Amino acid sequence: MTMQVQAHQQAAIPIEDPVFSIRDLIVYYNNRMAIDKISLDIPRNKITAFIGPSGCGKSTLLRSMNRMNDLNPEARTEGQVLFNGKNIYEENTNPVMIRRNVGMVFQKPNPLPKSIYNNVAFGARLNHYQGDLDELVMRSLKQAALWDEVKDKLNKSGLELSGGQQQRLCIARALATEPEVLLMDEPASALDPIATMHIENLMEQLKEQYTIVIVTHNMSQASRVSDYTAFLSLEKERIDERIGVLVEFNTTVGLFTNPLMEETADYVAGKFG
Amino acid sequence: MSTATETINSNFKERLGLRQWIGRIFFVIILMATLFGLIMLAFLLADIVIKGHEWVRPELFTNFHSRKPEEAGMKSAIVGSAIVLAVTGAFCIPVGIGAAIYLEEYAPKNWLTNFINININNLAGVPSIVYGMLGLVVFGRMYGIFSPGSWFVTTFNIPVNPGAVGGWIFNLFGIPWLEIHLPFGRSMVAGGLTMGLLILPIIIISAREAIRAVPNSIRLGAFALGATRWQVVNTNVLPIAAPGILTGIILALSRAIGETAPLLIMGAFSYVPFLPDSIWDQFTAMPIQIYNWISFPQADFRIHLAAAGIMVLLAVLLSMNAVATFLRNRFETRW
Repeated sequence: MTMQVQAHQQAAIPIEDPVFSIRDLIVYYNNRMAIDKISLDIPRNKITAFIGPSGCGKSTLLRSMNRMNDLNPEARTEGQVLFNGKNIYEENTNPVMIRRNVGMVFQKPNPLPKSIYNNVAFGARLNHYQGDLDELVMRSLKQAALWDEVKDKLNKSGLELSGGQQQRLCIARALATEPEVLLMDEPASALDPIATMHIENLMEQLKEQYTIVIVTHNMSQASRVSDYTAFLSLEKERIDERIGVLVEFNTTVGLFTNPLMEETADYVAGKFG
Repeated sequence: MSTATETINSNFKERLGLRQWIGRIFFVIILMATLFGLIMLAFLLADIVIKGHEWVRPELFTNFHSRKPEEAGMKSAIVGSAIVLAVTGAFCIPVGIGAAIYLEEYAPKNWLTNFINININNLAGVPSIVYGMLGLVVFGRMYGIFSPGSWFVTTFNIPVNPGAVGGWIFNLFGIPWLEIHLPFGRSMVAGGLTMGLLILPIIIISAREAIRAVPNSIRLGAFALGATRWQVVNTNVLPIAAPGILTGIILALSRAIGETAPLLIMGAFSYVPFLPDSIWDQFTAMPIQIYNWISFPQADFRIHLAAAGIMVLLAVLLSMNAVATFLRNRFETRW
């Protein structure tokens, strides 16, 4: 594998047939730069983790992959995000279609105040699912490893579930629109260790069908679950402006055992963060 | 031997007894402040009930006003209030909710939105009599554009008749489905629209609060599944905000039903011995009937019938507020 070391000290391995190709992505909030010129490929049917110290733009990068940043009127995006080779920031792309194909799970479980069944069926109904809705709900809940716990109370409110169950409900809800990619923004940070383990096991099963991108501040989680890891950090030369940049992108094994950049080595060794 | 309550360190002078006394005095003051309103309300209610309870009898609801107090009732006022309230609701509920949705979910953050925000709050503070004058000019007289003999009326040959006669009647499949009278004059349409203007800012403000109380995580969750903005509003925001919006509407309508000044300015009649034929008819309303009775010299009207009328009005008001409270408690989403 050839390594490209770019001008602003960034090491990223190239990926064959990536789902996403992020090219020179810059995001501003209120004209303040949050991430600068990030270029990165997301491999298909793998789990890719974004790690880095807080405030380095991991979530911003993730949210630019399904245009959730568009909902923040203060955010402005430059550069390209190619999804299956097509730039999702082109003028004629509809963010609604992107989000329907790129599902998202949030940090805090956010089930809708509807029944468990309707939570899962919601996205499918929005997009006028033509098949058997009951079957889809069952399949999605099974994929999210929640079916056995809720099959007898599908009409109960999703808010009555425990935190870990709620998060799996949100995963089931995202899966029910049959997306290609699942973006997860620190999906286990609000959960206890057992619930976290459930989610991590689930991700392992889901990657056979889906591409998963996970933001995590937990390095051991990244090393446990992911195949590839991107390390983002604040740019050293402009540290006061708090601008997130990509430092290194590699296989998880490579990044944790044989980091190419000194900063990566310091971070995975726990020297800062 | 020292205990925990005694002073050990001489650098401190706790004066615990004094501090606790100050605390007790303060407690009594705030308790009295709370009870003051309650006691006043109790006196008011007791006074009204004592004076009026014997006069709340079937005739009050079945008879029109009469010169003989024992035969006088407020039938036309009750019907008038109900119809005016219906017109008010039909106008300001959709407009109010629509404006609230726009301002909370769609409006960009710029100087125009800020300007609108400030002025909606200002409008909520405008005295009701000013709304009455506005309604009179805009709805009642329509700036004189439609007065008989004006060039507009003569040029376009517009039928202008006072009251419920004449007007424009639109037919669909032979059924007259819409009737419009210009100007609105002293009709219930004019009164209802004016009341609608009066409570519109209240409805907008309370609906916005209910919409704002919907957690943003819900919106993001729906957007992330590929919902359009309207789908997010329609399937999540509005159902969650509905109890709050409904509560605000009911409280605003209960304010409208008690308002007197705008209807007086609009020229609502105090003596209407008939039930209206249509919403374009002349009318009277409960507070106006009460106002009218209070101005009579006879004690039966001035004290007893007025008190009975107030009891009816208060019963309507309090039950509307009770419904609002019930809706809020029963249907509000608990997170």
